[in-house]
Amino acid sequence: MMARKKPPLFLARAPYRRRRLRDAARLLPILGIFLLLLPLLWTEESRLNLSAVDVIYFFGVWLLLIGLAAAFAPGLRKGEGLKEEED
Amino acid sequence: MPFNLLVVACLLYVVFLFAVAFIVERRAQAGRLGWLRSPLVYTLSLSIYCTAWTFYGAVGYAARSGLEFLTIYFGPTLVFVGWWWLLRKLVRIGRQYRVTSIADLISSRFGKSNTLGVIVTIIAVVAATPYIALQLQSVVLSFGVFASATPDGVAPPDPGSTAIWVAVGLALFTILFGTRNLDAKEQHHGIVTAIAVEAVVKLVALLAVGAFVVWGIADGVGDIIARIDAADLSAWQVQPGRWAGLIFLSAVAVITLPRMFQVMVVENDDEGHLARASWAFPLYLMLMSLFIVPIAVVGLDRLPAGSNPDMFVLTLPLAEGQGGLAMLAFLGGFSSATSMVIVESIALATMISNHVVIPLWLRMRPAAAAGDDLRSVVLNARRVAIAAVLALGYGYYHVSGGSAALAAIGLIAFLGVAQVLPALIGGLFWRGATRVGAIMGLVTGFVVWAYTSFLPSFGPGAVLSDAVFAQGLLGLSWLRPQALFGTEAMDPLIHALFWSLTLNAIAFCIGSLLTFPGPVERLQGAAFVNVFEGSVGPQRWSKGQVEPEALLTMAQRILGEEEALSLFQSSAREQGKDSFLPDPTPGFLNRLEAQLSGTVGAATAHAMISQLVGRATVTVEDLMAVASESAQIMEYSAQLEAREAELTRTAGALREANEKLTQLSIQKDAFLSQISHELRTPMTSIRAFSEILTEGDLPPEMVTKYGRIIHDEAKRLTRLLDDLLDLSVLENGTVQLNLGLASLQQMLDTALTAARQTRPERSFVIHRDLPSEAIYIKTDADRLTQVFINLISNARKYCDAAKPELRISVRQRAGRVTIDFIDNGKGIPKESQSLIFEKFARLTDANRAGGAGLGLAICREIMTNLGGSVAYLPGQGGAAFRITVPLRLEKLAA
Repeated sequence: MMARKKPPLFLARAPYRRRRLRDAARLLPILGIFLLLLPLLWTEESRLNLSAVDVIYFFGVWLLLIGLAAAFAPGLRKGEGLKEEED
Repeated sequence: MPFNLLVVACLLYVVFLFAVAFIVERRAQAGRLGWLRSPLVYTLSLSIYCTAWTFYGAVGYAARSGLEFLTIYFGPTLVFVGWWWLLRKLVRIGRQYRVTSIADLISSRFGKSNTLGVIVTIIAVVAATPYIALQLQSVVLSFGVFASATPDGVAPPDPGSTAIWVAVGLALFTILFGTRNLDAKEQHHGIVTAIAVEAVVKLVALLAVGAFVVWGIADGVGDIIARIDAADLSAWQVQPGRWAGLIFLSAVAVITLPRMFQVMVVENDDEGHLARASWAFPLYLMLMSLFIVPIAVVGLDRLPAGSNPDMFVLTLPLAEGQGGLAMLAFLGGFSSATSMVIVESIALATMISNHVVIPLWLRMRPAAAAGDDLRSVVLNARRVAIAAVLALGYGYYHVSGGSAALAAIGLIAFLGVAQVLPALIGGLFWRGATRVGAIMGLVTGFVVWAYTSFLPSFGPGAVLSDAVFAQGLLGLSWLRPQALFGTEAMDPLIHALFWSLTLNAIAFCIGSLLTFPGPVERLQGAAFVNVFEGSVGPQRWSKGQVEPEALLTMAQRILGEEEALSLFQSSAREQGKDSFLPDPTPGFLNRLEAQLSGTVGAATAHAMISQLVGRATVTVEDLMAVASESAQIMEYSAQLEAREAELTRTAGALREANEKLTQLSIQKDAFLSQISHELRTPMTSIRAFSEILTEGDLPPEMVTKYGRIIHDEAKRLTRLLDDLLDLSVLENGTVQLNLGLASLQQMLDTALTAARQTRPERSFVIHRDLPSEAIYIKTDADRLTQVFINLISNARKYCDAAKPELRISVRQRAGRVTIDFIDNGKGIPKESQSLIFEKFARLTDANRAGGAGLGLAICREIMTNLGGSVAYLPGQGGAAFRITVPLRLEKLAA
């Protein structure tokens, strides 16, 4: 019997891409948090009125997150279950 | 809009939901779910996150505090687009360990501790109560809106009785569809589909109102933007603390809310659905919030000052004379409220029954472990729990008077369930998290939440006195409920959020760092944290000293007879045995425990098995797995283990074959001597009497008598030879079958009549279920009846009970019919069970009742020829035989 194979140091192209896709999926909520907290820095404490620009900005960010998640989802699903790539 | 029309519409809508749930349940039972298991239904069912609070409350929230309402949807969006972090693991664990609720998850992770299960259950119930009250309140308010709009209509009932009717109706619906059966996986396809339908209704309703506002009242998008800019929404003062805190809080809530856990994890059919939901659910949330701001702005503009902004979704179309649209909006709000209450009460009822009622029941009546049917206890416990949860919700509504703004109550409930977060995250990602730590964290968080948020929500002077509010508990100013440790400047909600979760997490960490977990805890911890590596199984049973029959009896009480038997049979087959009783190997015990925990929760299942098997001991391999972090050893041993299992299986099969061969060889000798004996006895008497007859000069009556004896003996001989011939024809498969449609009931009638000739002096009580027998089978009716006659006659011959009874039960499933014949005698001892179908196998010579012991052998051959089987069914409290026949037997090509 063998000692367990060491995980390879460098990966082939396809698994490499899959790993980066997972990284991207993990980073997505962090990007989201950043974008959603950003407006806190625009507004002055004294400002009272809600402007339509704010509304459009938030829905834009929302759509962006949804779009990115939709783009990642099929690739993430395909790669699942390939054991040697779990990290 | 007349008020009675509204009530009728409501009732029709509920009937429609009933029909949806009912049809889907039927299809699920027949195994034809098809597209109902699609990611779409899964995503839509997640929408119970959007309760009536979203539907009505979001507009009110926007009118009061500007864009802050968006935070409630940003949190879940972040959690779902980041599903790779947490949700994936949660769903995997939920499916792998058959988790039934969030309380079960926590209890299971920390060494199957029921104490933790109880704590989480209590937190969930207390936090859910105001939330359910909130839903009732929204329905009552929306009824009220219509009532005030109809001065000449029928006077509507007062709010109190509306609330009662709604609560009772919801309880009935939930009990009907949520507790119909005990599922091994605790899934409710009917309800989930009804929820998905309601999700569509509420989305369409809100979008319709929004579209009407933007294009009907205002002049399209440009005009709306101008109106938003012009509107004096005075309140959007950015409070960075609240903004960030609420995003965090809603993100936590979507993970920990019992109802979200129910639809997201427990009802999940396929992990792949989560990938789709990761963007589809945020999209749903976005669409729900798309028109909130326009509705709020236009509502503030158009409606008289002082009207309740929480009801703008209804009042705006009504004020513009759009009755139909208002009705649609009303149904949308009704859907939001009902779907939330239904799922929430199912989730809570599961927790209450699995973690409180059943453990108490087992503790109070340990004798019951061997007796009655637990399934009905579990189901009744759930029914009562559902009713109790709704009663609590109604009680809260009644006491609080339903006055507070909707959003405030919702956030308090969110914060309550959020207390589970540290234990959950710690349990999933940190192997060092211990049971004591989890208990300390949960209790601390719960107490702080109650003191700073829940109790103050009743208002000063209600539960906490004014003095406590102003001077703090016991006059200690640093213990003021809304300014703990002097933090006066904080917003009350953020104050409660900050202190409860911080103190909770600190207690959790300190408790975990200082205590030492038990072996079961450590194994469960490793199994949960490393669920994707899959190298450490959960805690294992050592080979137990237990009769498999006792296990079967217990499993039948929880899973139901059918389910339990098929589980035992397939396990036995995996071990290479051809019977219903597998050996109690560790692997089998684990599988059984997993199956049971899908029904009654991990802690109870564990307790019940250890009641029979004895304390679960941790084996040497387990300890090695804990002690050694080396992946090498684990993989090596896993492979060895796989091989060993393979070998064990083969050896089991070989051993069984060998045993059978030995027995057969003995039988062969017995067969030969038996057959010569059976043939010789009649031969001898025939020879003797015919010799006497040939000597002549006998009185005629003697001649007649001897002649009859010779005739009878010859008949016996013929019968024996017929049987043997029959058997050999059947065995060679050259038998001619007369296929035709025949009524099962008629066949049983014939068989019962025919079998009455066997020992006619015994009176038998026969239990039959005639409706279930009304089946037409395409088979050879004569042959099948022959088998029935044989089994019934055997029961008449061998059943040794003083008051013999025979139960015949018929079941139809997946194109096969099973017919069980169960008597109440002593049954057949275990060591002979595999022999009775062999030729000339008679168990007791004492009970020779004619026949040569070929009956069951013939039965077996007939059933093989009919494409079915006959088998002995252990553990039924008597001799029991199960016949399986295909519903439609087609002629073989040969």
